[in-house]
Amino acid sequence: MKIWVFAEDAAGSPASIALEMLTKARSLGGDVAAFFVGPGSDSIWSALGSHGATTVHHLDPGTALPSAAAAAALADLIGAGDLVLFGLAPTDRDVAGRLSARLGVPVLSNAVDIVVGDSVAAVNEILGGTTLVETAFTGSGPHLVVVRPKSFVAESGEGGTPEVIPVPMPDLGHAGSAVIVERHEEPAQGPKLSEASVIVSGGRGLGSAEKFGMIEELAGLLGAATGATRAIVDSGWVPYAMQVGQTGKIVKPNVYIACGISGAMQHLVGMKDSTTIIAINKDEEAPIFGVADLGIVGDVHKVLPKLIEALKAK
Amino acid sequence: MKIAVCVKQIPDPATPYRLDPETHFVVRPDDQVLDDTDRYGIEVGLQLAEATGGTVVLVSMSPAGNLQGIRQALAMGADKAVVISDPTLRGSGALVTARVLAAAIKREEVDLVVAGTESTDGYAGVVPQQLAELLGMPALTFARKVEHLDGRLRIERQTAAGYDVVEAALPAVVSVTAGAVEPRYPTFKGIMQAKQKTVDQPTAAELGVDSVGAEGSGQKINEVRPAPERAAGRKVVDEGEAHLEIVKLLEQAKVV
Ligand SMILES: Cc1cc2nc3c(=O)[nH]c(=O)nc-3n(C[C@H](O)[C@H](O)[C@H](O)COP(=O)(O)OP(=O)(O)OC[C@H]3O[C@@H](n4cnc5c(N)ncnc54)[C@H](O)[C@@H]3O)c2cc1C
Ligand SMILES: Nc1ncnc2c1ncn2[C@@H]1O[C@H](COP(=O)(O)O)[C@@H](O)[C@H]1O
Repeated sequence: MKIWVFAEDAAGSPASIALEMLTKARSLGGDVAAFFVGPGSDSIWSALGSHGATTVHHLDPGTALPSAAAAAALADLIGAGDLVLFGLAPTDRDVAGRLSARLGVPVLSNAVDIVVGDSVAAVNEILGGTTLVETAFTGSGPHLVVVRPKSFVAESGEGGTPEVIPVPMPDLGHAGSAVIVERHEEPAQGPKLSEASVIVSGGRGLGSAEKFGMIEELAGLLGAATGATRAIVDSGWVPYAMQVGQTGKIVKPNVYIACGISGAMQHLVGMKDSTTIIAINKDEEAPIFGVADLGIVGDVHKVLPKLIEALKAK
Repeated sequence: MKIAVCVKQIPDPATPYRLDPETHFVVRPDDQVLDDTDRYGIEVGLQLAEATGGTVVLVSMSPAGNLQGIRQALAMGADKAVVISDPTLRGSGALVTARVLAAAIKREEVDLVVAGTESTDGYAGVVPQQLAELLGMPALTFARKVEHLDGRLRIERQTAAGYDVVEAALPAVVSVTAGAVEPRYPTFKGIMQAKQKTVDQPTAAELGVDSVGAEGSGQKINEVRPAPERAAGRKVVDEGEAHLEIVKLLEQAKVV
């Protein structure tokens, strides 16, 4: 079985999820190839190679939204029994969906593990991560799986420089005609959310956008990144780049501090695997306490200022 | 402009759902509700229809239950609905869902298809892209803002780093995030009118889609098991000194 890993460019490096998936693919044995979308560079090839790719197929989409072209190109490359891994990220999901429809094969999404035996199966978490479901492909493949970030730890191995094979942009007419006319980065201060070892997150319990200042101040003192629930992202208090959860970032820091966050299932799946979880919530029954190592039943407007003062005094 | 909005009826998320121990399918109660996240897609569809003098048709695949959720969606102002409510669709995976929806949408000859980025209960998050491929359309996905400019659609597409502005000519599929717009509440008049609106109910076979349901999905649930549990933590009620507990734990974790 050949394993393909979809890898998108992330500011001049392969997306970290791609390196995580390559590491897993390597452990499953067999031939591992990467399908890279972006401008590409020698440092990217060597990162993909050291994580397990022996060949890299390289599609440079220019300003086109790459989804349709990448799906069409991949459809021509992959063979019947192959396993193709995508990350739970926007372009990965676009390509996985289009490829699935193009080939008429299912795609299993939200996988936290992949099991290869007599058949290929993906493991999913449901009900806020309390229950695991193992689903197997019954057809002959190719098997498409969308993997949740941080399910596997990226580790480089022995691999050397991979063979790089350019992939021409297929002409798909109208279906491939979406173009990116502008790109915007919303720079976050401090450490990156997905890499931070400490994260301080705020939710609707803060009461107002201004009070997110307390989260920033605490994070500054701890050298932490700031996170948020979807509720306050949708309300426009903070940018989407800060969202933690099923439809935001999946994080596994050493310490996660949840302030005024109820602990909805969709938030929990994004942070419940943190090593130590501290929660402050005034509702004793809040579900966040179900995963917290230390739960403070209290008012964020009282606890946080005192915590900030105590840390400043140190 | 003629617009199709894909909406899903789901078991009320407020009541915990059950899996059938034998089939492992979600047990679907008769009364299902409109997936709350679909209200954003409906609102986007209604605003574009209002701006262009167009119409909105709701398209939904619902393997069971009544039409309560669809009536909620119609009450917001959509013109009519096509509901493929066919027991043979039980257990269908995302691709079968997309095939059924695509077949229904083709009959409507629309300029634009609006969907959510992921459903609340299924959250495979691939149906819009599958639809686009089946319909031969570009997919403008993860839109946090949607604008119509003279036959073209321009969106702000959420990315890991920020957002991209992406454009394509119609016909196209767009998937919208919660937060893209502020969904309207149905008015009393809207609720009354919804009862009279046309709801077409073709079967999958009538739409020309065979190989549906669990069999046609190419996937099978092997096992459902509890995840390893996290050890229970400690709860402290704040009486003015609880922040010191946090400081202590941060010291233990060597953060301070
Ligand atoms: C398909 C889908 C995907 C989703 N994806 C995500 C996701 O990726 N990430 C995400 O976070 N959510 C996601 N959600 C939303 C999720 O279901 C919740 O609505 C959201 O997480 C709630 O945010 P919250 O905890 O800030 O707000 P709330 O649920 O309103 O909770 C606020 C909490 O603050 C507490 N509180 C109030 N005042 C105080 C005070 N003074 N001091 C202390 N505590 C106080 C309250 O007791 C309450 O528990 C998703 C939902 C759907 C349907
Ligand atoms: N059964 C369905 N009927 C109508 N639309 C659906 C259905 N399933 C998914 N969709 C659409 O596809 C989007 C993404 O769903 P999913 O891929 O299931 O996460 C939803 O927000 C809907 O707009």
